Amino acid sequence: MKKIEAIIRKSKFDEVKKALHETGVNFFTYWDVTGVGNEKQGHVYRGVSYSTSDIQRRILSIVVSDEFLDRTLKAIFEAAYTGTVGDGKIFISTIDEAYRIRTKEGGSDSLN
Amino acid sequence: MEIEAVVDLMWIVLCGVLVFFMQAGFTLVEVGFTRAKNSGNIIMKNLMDLAVGSLAFWIIGYSIMYGDSIGSFIGTPSFFYDVREDMHNLFFQTVFCATAATIISGAIAERTKFSAYLILSVLMTTVIYPISGHWVWQGDGWLTNLGFIDFAGSTVVHSVGGWAALVAAVLVGPRLGKYSADGKSNAIPGHNMLYGALGVFILWMGWFGFNAGSELAITGDSAFNVAGIIITTNLAAAAGAVASLALTWIRFGKADLSMTLNGALAGLVGITAGCAAVSPMGAFFIGIISGLVVVFSIEFIDKVLKIDDPVGAISVHGVSGAIGTLMVGVFATDGGLLYGGGFHQLGVQAIGVFAIGAWAIIAAFIVLIIIKKTIGLRVSEQEELEGLDMHEHGIDSYPEFGHGDK
Repeated sequence: MKKIEAIIRKSKFDEVKKALHETGVNFFTYWDVTGVGNEKQGHVYRGVSYSTSDIQRRILSIVVSDEFLDRTLKAIFEAAYTGTVGDGKIFISTIDEAYRIRTKEGGSDSLN
Repeated sequence: MEIEAVVDLMWIVLCGVLVFFMQAGFTLVEVGFTRAKNSGNIIMKNLMDLAVGSLAFWIIGYSIMYGDSIGSFIGTPSFFYDVREDMHNLFFQTVFCATAATIISGAIAERTKFSAYLILSVLMTTVIYPISGHWVWQGDGWLTNLGFIDFAGSTVVHSVGGWAALVAAVLVGPRLGKYSADGKSNAIPGHNMLYGALGVFILWMGWFGFNAGSELAITGDSAFNVAGIIITTNLAAAAGAVASLALTWIRFGKADLSMTLNGALAGLVGITAGCAAVSPMGAFFIGIISGLVVVFSIEFIDKVLKIDDPVGAISVHGVSGAIGTLMVGVFATDGGLLYGGGFHQLGVQAIGVFAIGAWAIIAAFIVLIIIKKTIGLRVSEQEELEGLDMHEHGIDSYPEFGHGDK
């Protein structure tokens, strides 16, 4: 099993969610994050100019069986893409084990 | 009782209620323009300066302002005012007094001790505001005798509050992080512009009571006066907003929200002195001038003088109040410079602006320096960083955002 952590634009979230459903990924968690990157945003507040590198993004945590990895990645790559700086990043790691609490079943069966 | 007297009294009470609600406007503007962690403290300050001020003004402040004049300088003090035929005036003047007191709150927001603020409110409503108010509104004050015009209080209410706010902001010092070590001014964005905007709408509405109520009558000839004041008040506020919008749009490249809100308020403060003395065209120009000056004033105070005023109270109330009062000498249709009256009225206006400004600054300085040397003006660094809500009041104003453990 693999864990895919994808940092994406909030504005792309609905498209990514739809693409994941169409791929067959129906279980994942997400949360809103603030990150620091290359992008800078300029502001003026009451006559004082300031810029912030704090960028708002959404992070998705998706655990899939090994055979689902490629098509899940493909769905994110297509749905989260705009081509401009700031589209986000994807990190993959290995998951040792997964369980469903209700039935205590383990392995990739617990992911569905 | 004559029906005219009943209607006039009703008008004063109704307008007093509108002015009372301006406290909500001040609260919203100040909460919106500052950070979430200090919201409860600002609510408490605005609630309690009204409550403390109402008591203090009834106990002694009203008599110092409106009691029989001693040398045209101060009213004869008496305690616990209770004249049945004058209760409507006590109410109307109480809410004006509370307005002057609450102006200070915004300028010293986010770092001032609550106890120090309460003491300041008491002295503001018993001594500082009533004495200079006596000079102009008691009928026998020395500025009244000179011919000084401040119809509804650009100077008597707003500048007094604004100059006291200036002294307070200097003595309490800037918020942590407002200025870098090299003196650079940093932005500390307010946490809710919707509150700020709603507050300005409420203030704008309340101002119709503030200015038109100051006619103190609505029957007979006063009816058209009241309607005229409503128009000059609205035009000046609108012109102030337009002027600030245009200026900030040009200077910063974007139509600036919080400064445009300040512009509307500056127009309102500016027209308050002359709302009954100028034409609609005069009101338009007073609004434009106030809306332009307030933007430069906010930047000057922030970047050059390096005085931290989170909501712009010093500029909106102190500076615009002074400008508006002076402009009466220019735009008054009877005696104004542009209407063939020469410089006499302008000179009288200048004397009033400077005399009351000096009084407010000196009196506020004495009061504040005593507070500073005794109980202290400022909260601890830790308290300021973590927010006054938790440390002064033991509450989180937004408990479900961030701290909630579900």
